Amino acid sequence: MVLLTLLAAITIGVVRARNLFAVVVLSSIYSFLMASVMIVLDAVDVAMTEASVGAGISTVLMLGVLYLTKVEEAVPAHTPVLPLIVAVVVAAALLYGTFDLPPFGIADTAVHSHVGPYYLSNSIEQTLVPNVVTSVLASYRGIDTLGETTVIFTAGIAVLLLLRGRRRDHSDSDEA
Amino acid sequence: MELFENIIAHYNHWVTIFLMVAGLYIVVARGNMVKKLVGLSLFQTSVYLLYLTPGKILGGTPPILDPNFAVYSNPLPHVLMLTAIVVGVATLALGLALVVRINEAYGTIEEDEIFADGEGGE
Repeated sequence: MVLLTLLAAITIGVVRARNLFAVVVLSSIYSFLMASVMIVLDAVDVAMTEASVGAGISTVLMLGVLYLTKVEEAVPAHTPVLPLIVAVVVAAALLYGTFDLPPFGIADTAVHSHVGPYYLSNSIEQTLVPNVVTSVLASYRGIDTLGETTVIFTAGIAVLLLLRGRRRDHSDSDEA
Repeated sequence: MELFENIIAHYNHWVTIFLMVAGLYIVVARGNMVKKLVGLSLFQTSVYLLYLTPGKILGGTPPILDPNFAVYSNPLPHVLMLTAIVVGVATLALGLALVVRINEAYGTIEEDEIFADGEGGE
């Protein structure tokens, strides 16, 4: 609960800060906090991924982009009244929705009564892997994971295509 | 007392909603593209929280099977969120590459300045 409150505080910092370097560092701290929250929620595999990907790779990528562009954010031209109204209305609708959700941490909800227990009780027998997250990701849903890898591969190719020949374009525009 | 219990029971959901709305606000209200991408990833992490919260059982352990434990948290949200994180960083990288290209074409990453440039140039 303390961690979640800290998360909310850092989010306010991210919204208010105008120096993009500060924003990137704050979002890195945010990712570490999020990883801690995930450990509390028993999602150890997800926490490891979030700490390495969210706090590591994302931060490096963002800092690289800041190096290539500008660090200071301009003051917005129009007042943020409309976005604020949109945000508040969405928040109110979602809050209204939470009152029908089951309370936190109890075992006899719909989430825990269908497919999940099947994997928990059959994982050792069928795949010999004690970590159920691993066995679902790599064995039961292995082909989906292949699809995920395809998505990342496509994104990687797209990034390479976008950034290839940057220097050449630059010299062309300089000559013209 | 009942109110207090209600707050405890739904605190995760409320923080999730706050993060989600903050991300949405940044994406809509801010013109800077790097800031927009940070907002988008805020929104995304709030979805991780939304999925992981109902998977937790109080008194349960992480879903790594062991004869000493009987109650495990639900592994399926964890699998889904692992996929989401990895795909998320792929889309973030793509967005940042686009930002770099836009900066080269227009010399700025502020939305307003790009629109002004387009109207003046065409």
